Amino acid sequence: MIPVAWRQFRSQAAVATAALVAVAVALAVTGPHLVDVYRAGLAACRAQGTTGSNCSNPVAGADRGLQVAVLAVVLVAPALVGMFWGAPLVARELESGTYRLAWTQSVTRRRWMLGKLGVVALGAMAGAGLLSLMATWWSSPVVTAAQNRFSPGQFGLLDLVPVGYAAFAFSLGAATGVLFRRTLPAMAVTLAGFVAARLAVTYWLRPHFMAPVREVLPLQDAGIGLVVGPGGPTVVGQAPPLPNAWVVSTTVQDAAGRAPTAADLRHACPDLPGIGTAGPPAGPGVGHVSAAVPVPGGLKAPLQQCVATLGARFHDVALYQPADRYWPFQWFETLTFVAAAVLLAGAAVWWVRHRMR
Amino acid sequence: MTAVLAARGLGKRYGRRWALQDCTLDIPAGHVVGLVGPNGAGKSTLLHVAVGLLAPSAGSIEVLGRPPAADAAQLSRVGFVAQDAPVYSRLTVADHLRFGARLNPTWDPALARRRTEDLDLDPRQHAGSLSGGQRAQLALTLAIAKRPEFLVLDEPVASLDPLARRQFLQSLMEIVAEQGVSVLLSSHLVADLERVCDYLVVLVASHVQVAEEVDTLLGAHRRLTGPRRDPASLPGDIEVVEESHTERQSTLLVRTDGPVLDPAWTVEEVGLEDVVLAYMGRAVAPARGRRARLGVAP
Amino acid sequence: MIEFHLDSRSGVSPYLQIVQQVRQALRLGLLGVGDQLPTVKEVVAQLAINPNTVLKAYRELEHQGLAGARPGVGTFVTATLSDSTLASHGPLRHDLERWMAKARRAGLDDESIEALFRNSFRTFRDAAAQDIA
Repeated sequence: MIPVAWRQFRSQAAVATAALVAVAVALAVTGPHLVDVYRAGLAACRAQGTTGSNCSNPVAGADRGLQVAVLAVVLVAPALVGMFWGAPLVARELESGTYRLAWTQSVTRRRWMLGKLGVVALGAMAGAGLLSLMATWWSSPVVTAAQNRFSPGQFGLLDLVPVGYAAFAFSLGAATGVLFRRTLPAMAVTLAGFVAARLAVTYWLRPHFMAPVREVLPLQDAGIGLVVGPGGPTVVGQAPPLPNAWVVSTTVQDAAGRAPTAADLRHACPDLPGIGTAGPPAGPGVGHVSAAVPVPGGLKAPLQQCVATLGARFHDVALYQPADRYWPFQWFETLTFVAAAVLLAGAAVWWVRHRMR
Repeated sequence: MTAVLAARGLGKRYGRRWALQDCTLDIPAGHVVGLVGPNGAGKSTLLHVAVGLLAPSAGSIEVLGRPPAADAAQLSRVGFVAQDAPVYSRLTVADHLRFGARLNPTWDPALARRRTEDLDLDPRQHAGSLSGGQRAQLALTLAIAKRPEFLVLDEPVASLDPLARRQFLQSLMEIVAEQGVSVLLSSHLVADLERVCDYLVVLVASHVQVAEEVDTLLGAHRRLTGPRRDPASLPGDIEVVEESHTERQSTLLVRTDGPVLDPAWTVEEVGLEDVVLAYMGRAVAPARGRRARLGVAP
Repeated sequence: MIEFHLDSRSGVSPYLQIVQQVRQALRLGLLGVGDQLPTVKEVVAQLAINPNTVLKAYRELEHQGLAGARPGVGTFVTATLSDSTLASHGPLRHDLERWMAKARRAGLDDESIEALFRNSFRTFRDAAAQDIA
C-alpha cells in the first residue's frame, strides 16, 4: 500500500519540493545580509553603551517585506497542507468514484487508509519541519534582537510547532473529507477549523500549559501607561524587563488585588493634565503618558511625583512564562497538536471502515 | 455445485427508501449470470453489497461461502468492474498495472501484460485519455489479473459503442473459457445478456422476480394466442405472466411446466427479451399461482 | 479451420446453430475426418457467446457421432456426413433452377416462390417424420 500511496502523492510532493527549494534559495541568498545588519547594530549599541532591550537594532526594519513574507509562508503552510493534501485525500476518491476500484483490491480499508494517511502525514511533517528550520534560521537575527520568540505572534512560526500544526491540519482535512465526501466543502471547513484551533490554543490553552510565574514589581515612571479613556483615567501595567520571556499579563493592583480607581489616580496625580486637572493633556499622544511617548520637559517632575505616590500603595503584578520554558512549551504544543491529529486520523479510519457502507 | 452468491432475505435501505428488499438468491458457480432490471431497480446496490462496498440493512449474504470483503483473502477472490470503469485519470496504464500488482498478492503479471499487449494499450498513456472501450478493458484487466474465482461487473458495456461493446464481451468470454471464473454482470441490454449469460436474475422494484438458468426459463415460457378468453379458464398449473386482449383475440405470455394441450391456443416459444420484458412490466410479484389482473388493451 | 457465425434473429438457439454449421461444413467437404474444430476459447473470443454454449454444441456433435474430444488437445471430427450425396448436387441444382425459372414465368414474385417452396418442404418433411414415427 505504501508504494501505491506514494505514487498517488507524487505530484503534490513534487510541487512542495519545488516550493521548498525556491524558498531555500531565497533565504540562503538573503540570510547573510540580515546577519550583517544585526551584527553592525550590536556593534553600534556597544559603542554607545546601550545593551539588551535598550539597544534598538536596525535589523528589525531590514528587508521588511521579506520578513513579512517569511512569516506569512510559515503561517499559511500548514493550512495549505490541510486544504490541498488532507481534504482531497479520500474525498477525491469518493467524488470521482475510484474508491470502487480501490476498495475492491486485496487490501482492507484499514490498510488502505493507514497507508494513505501515513505517507502524506509524514510528507507534511517533514516539509513543515524543513520550512520551519529554514525560516527560523533566517529570522533568528530579527528574533534575537527583538527578544520576542516566546510572544504569541512569533512562537507559532518557529522551531517545532509548525510540524505539529501541519500534522493537525492534514488530519483535519482528511477527516472532513471523509465526512463530507466532497473536496470543496472539506477544504473550507478545514481552513476554518484550523484557524479556530490555532487561535483557541494560542489564547486559551497555551497560557495554562504551566502555571505562570507571578512577580510583584514596583511601579516605574519609565514605561508606565496612563490612559484617559471614556470611563476616566486608568493605568496600564508595564512589562517587566524579561528578555525572551512571555509576559502573559501585567496589572497594576494593590495588596488586596484591586486596581486603582479614577479617584485614586486623581488624588495621586493632581498635577497631570487630563487626570488631576480638568481638560485634555497638553502633550503628545491623546490621554496617554508612557515611555513610548517622549515626556515633555514640563511634565517630568509631576510624573515622577505621581508614580511615587501611586507606588506606595500599588504595584505592578506580572504573570509570565520564563524564557527557559520556551522549549518545553514548544514540545507541549507540538505534541498536543500531534495527539489531536492522531485522534482525527483514527476517527477518519473508523468512519471509512464502519460508516461508509 | 457450491453457490457463488447466497443471499437470504437481503435488503438495503437508504434512509427511508429500500433499494433492495427480501432478496433470496442461490447463484451457482460456473455460470455467467446476467442481472437485468430497469433503472433504480437495485442492480448496482446488489452488486455493491456482493463486493463489500455496501453492507446489508437486512438479511444476509455470502459470496464464495464468506461475508463479502471479510478480509484481504476474500477480497482477492472477487474481482469487480464498477459502472463506467473508474480509473485514476492521472496515472498511466503501466501505473495501474503496478497498482494492481502491489495490492493483490495473487496478481499474475504475465496475464496482465499479455492482455495489455493484445488490446494494444499503450503502457505510458494516461488513463484519463483512454477511450471508453479501452478504459473498460483496463478495468477488466485489473479485475481479472488477480485470478479471482468470481467476477462482478456493473453495466460494463452500457456506455460503449457497438464495436467496443462486442470487443469487451469477446474479451470477457475468452477469460471465462480460459480461467473458468464465475461471472455476474448487470445490463439493460437483454440482447447482450442473451449471448453471454446462461443464468438470469431479473430485479424489478427492488425485488427478485426471476432467478434461474436461461435454458429452463425459455423452456418454461410460451406465448399463447387465440380467440378472446378469460385467462381464468386455463388449467391451474399455468401461470399468466403477461396478457393483452383485443375484442376478438387474447395474447398471453405464460409459464408452464407441461405442454399446453388446448387446441384453441396457438403455442409459440418466446425469446429471452420478451420474457424479461414481461416480468419487468408486471407489478411486484404476487406469489406464484395467483393470476395477474385483467388488463385490456383498446 | 472453419469459422462460425451467429444469427441472433433466426429463432434457432445458438448451440444448435453451431451444430448445424458443423454439419453443413461436413456436407460441403469443408471439414474432413481428423480436422480440428475451433477451440472453445477461439469460438467465444470471436462470437462473444457463453463457453457453455460451445461445449453443449460439441457434446451434441459427439452424441451424433460426428466429433470427439481429445483431452488437453481439442475436439476433432471423427466421421463425416454422407458425401455420396455430393455427386447428385449438380443435377438437382439444375432441376431447381429450371423450376424457379418456370415459376417466374408463371408470374410468381420472389416471396411467393420462397413461400411455395417452404410450404411444400414443410409438408414433405412432416410427412417424412410421420412415416418414421
